[in-house]
Amino acid sequence: MTSEQIVQHCRDVLELLPREALALAREKHPDIGGFGVFPVYAPLEIIHAAGLMPVGLFGAGDKVEISHADSRFQSFICSIAKSTLELFLRDEMDDFVGAVFSSICDVARNLSSLVQRNTPALYIEYLHLPQNMASAGSLDYTTAEFTRFRTNLASHLEREITDEAIGKSLVLYNKVRSLTRDLYGHRKHKPSSIDASDLYTVVQAGTRMMPEDFIPLLEQLLADMKTRKVHPRDGVKVVIEGSFCEQPPVGLIDVVEAAGCLVKDDDMVVGWRLFHEDIVANGDPVGAMAQAYLTGSVYTSVRHDRDNPRTVGLMNRMKNSGAEAVIFAPAKFCEPALLDYVLFRQKLDEADVPHLKVEFEEKMWTFEASRTELETFAESMLFD
Amino acid sequence: MRTAVADDKDYRGKVHALSRDIMTDWMTELKDATQTNIPSAYLMISGNCVEILRCFDILPVFPEINALQLAIRKNSLPYIIKSEELGYASDNCAYVKADIGYTMCGGVGEGGNIPKPSLIVCNFVGCNVYIKWFEHCADMMNVPMVMLDIPFVREDRPSKEDVNYVLTQLKELITECEKLTGKKFDIDRLREILKHSARAEQGWTRAKELCKNRPTPFDSYFDSINMMGPINALRGTKEAADFFDQTVEQYEHMVEEGMGAAADEKFRIVVEGPPPYPYYRNFRNLFEAWGAVAVQSTYSTVGGTWEFGFCHDPERPLESIAEQMIVHNLCNRSMLERYKQIKSYVEDYEADALVIHSIKSCRLFSAGQGDMREYFTKELGIPTLMVESDLEDPRYYAEAQMKNRIDAFFESLSYKRIRAGAESEKGKVG
Repeated sequence: MTSEQIVQHCRDVLELLPREALALAREKHPDIGGFGVFPVYAPLEIIHAAGLMPVGLFGAGDKVEISHADSRFQSFICSIAKSTLELFLRDEMDDFVGAVFSSICDVARNLSSLVQRNTPALYIEYLHLPQNMASAGSLDYTTAEFTRFRTNLASHLEREITDEAIGKSLVLYNKVRSLTRDLYGHRKHKPSSIDASDLYTVVQAGTRMMPEDFIPLLEQLLADMKTRKVHPRDGVKVVIEGSFCEQPPVGLIDVVEAAGCLVKDDDMVVGWRLFHEDIVANGDPVGAMAQAYLTGSVYTSVRHDRDNPRTVGLMNRMKNSGAEAVIFAPAKFCEPALLDYVLFRQKLDEADVPHLKVEFEEKMWTFEASRTELETFAESMLFD
Repeated sequence: MRTAVADDKDYRGKVHALSRDIMTDWMTELKDATQTNIPSAYLMISGNCVEILRCFDILPVFPEINALQLAIRKNSLPYIIKSEELGYASDNCAYVKADIGYTMCGGVGEGGNIPKPSLIVCNFVGCNVYIKWFEHCADMMNVPMVMLDIPFVREDRPSKEDVNYVLTQLKELITECEKLTGKKFDIDRLREILKHSARAEQGWTRAKELCKNRPTPFDSYFDSINMMGPINALRGTKEAADFFDQTVEQYEHMVEEGMGAAADEKFRIVVEGPPPYPYYRNFRNLFEAWGAVAVQSTYSTVGGTWEFGFCHDPERPLESIAEQMIVHNLCNRSMLERYKQIKSYVEDYEADALVIHSIKSCRLFSAGQGDMREYFTKELGIPTLMVESDLEDPRYYAEAQMKNRIDAFFESLSYKRIRAGAESEKGKVG
């Protein structure tokens, strides 16, 4: 496939509902089951090693009308929670073995309960991911939490999930993450080599594919990017921050670029590419994953790390990518992102870094207001 | 039949006055501490470990209580607006905004009413916003922060690893307290403090149990606030334990005399969700007008679900602190556990209905309460009313709309009761 074909294929995959994405994967892997993964992070390797395809649950975008979930969640709750619940209430997830949620925010936690009550046939897991990276007890706890998930999943499936299988899955996901890092690395140096919306589309589509099928696409895309002749574009070099859970409509990212911004780095779909480096199993893959979560993770708004504050993380992301401004793109009603914005904003103001906040919703279909704001922002910088 | 009722100062006033006195003493201590170097520490209400701070004579400070007081005194809005100017969104928790706004306006530190903390102890017990709130406080005031990450209840009981993780962090907190104060940790002192805690917790449980009586001696939603301050903020002191002895005595006396919280107890309700503090009295009046009295409430158990039998054990000091933080409070338990808690309240306290007060600020409480309403009305057949406003931000309280909803609900309940009575009479005649 050419790069264009890969991107188009990924666009097509993102148009599918999770059930349809699973069906597509089953054409090639007839025996796999599906397992939903609500953002931000879950140990995908355990799910994959169990013979399941981890499928990112990023809501339903504009593909499903919310007719049941609105009566369960109030108007001030984020779109991703509503549309994810809607998928379960409409029996769209019935082909799945279950789903995993984690302690990212209060809404996600309650969503997990609602899904559990309303779909009793599914296995619903809730992970309490650690918020203390610095305690002497953190590693044992995190290892135990991942092991608990492994044990519960194995028990539900009535089959063992071996270290060997997890190790093999780890190799695959290491490869996915490493290739994604390379794509991002390349984009940092040559932002014109791939549209931000295309890269975003590919990375998000990867959450709906088996890693073994996704890897060749990433390899091909990377090879094409490296050889592609591009004309450098001028623009405001930006980092997009705040889209770690609910994902912005692709149209919004298009608008960011069309307004004259060059996206150098972002935190979109960050949970699926969380680690700075490959995780080395060393005979204990679960322990290695726990260690990586504690000390090898990229900063996110849903993980407290006393010794590595997010504000420093964002400044480093700016510096390392050569960005000169920040576009905050939090989902409407996203409490972690909206609260983090306050401290981020303070630090950026202190460092005299321009920034703009553009909130989004899943069903956003017109971007005119955002376009005007972004164009004004970009012009104010370009012609300053 | 009209129940006997004590006059205002007797049935609400005595316990309220006792509570106000000891809470005022504590707040005076806080004010005094702004002028001294007495070590103090921020802590959150839910599943807190105030006893450890007390063991080092560290003055506990609760930003939630600060926010609550601003709201109930109708002072919260200017501080909320101040925070919104700093970048907080209209959709962010207004407790956070009021407290941060107050801090930024000089309410904390020299010249304010609350001391600048020497340490911030982030007891992350369920509410994710706690983490952000305390990160902001630590950053804005440049104060060191200790994280106590308390694993959420996600199995029937916490695992050995959950408990060990918390114990390790508690020991790390103790080390920090030793460094801060220069005092050596004294486990026997902690045991003494926990004896006071246990006595207060037993008093709480006895008081709550009395609400099974008809009429209930106090409103277990609106009047519980008088007990929530002492149990959550002053726990571990002799004063708090004595307060509960006196409170129980008072309520037992009322039960013996047949005195109730309402002039005419017509409806026994269970209330879910925090109250709208800026309109506390108005909101209460809307229920009192119908003779509706809360016999239980989930909000009163945010700090601890003492009435289900737990109390701290001086013989297992750190272990029982860890268990309380993990298991025995509302915030660290799932929505489905809350459904069970409410169901048991409705059954054990013979409630007629469930009232859900859904607040915008606190997603821990509110996200998904529509499902709760579905469950209680459709699956259990319990009449359920859901109303919306906020616990801190007065802009979200619409009095007329609230009154309409509450009136319609109780009117409908009254009608059902009359009809059921008529049916019953008809049956007898037939």
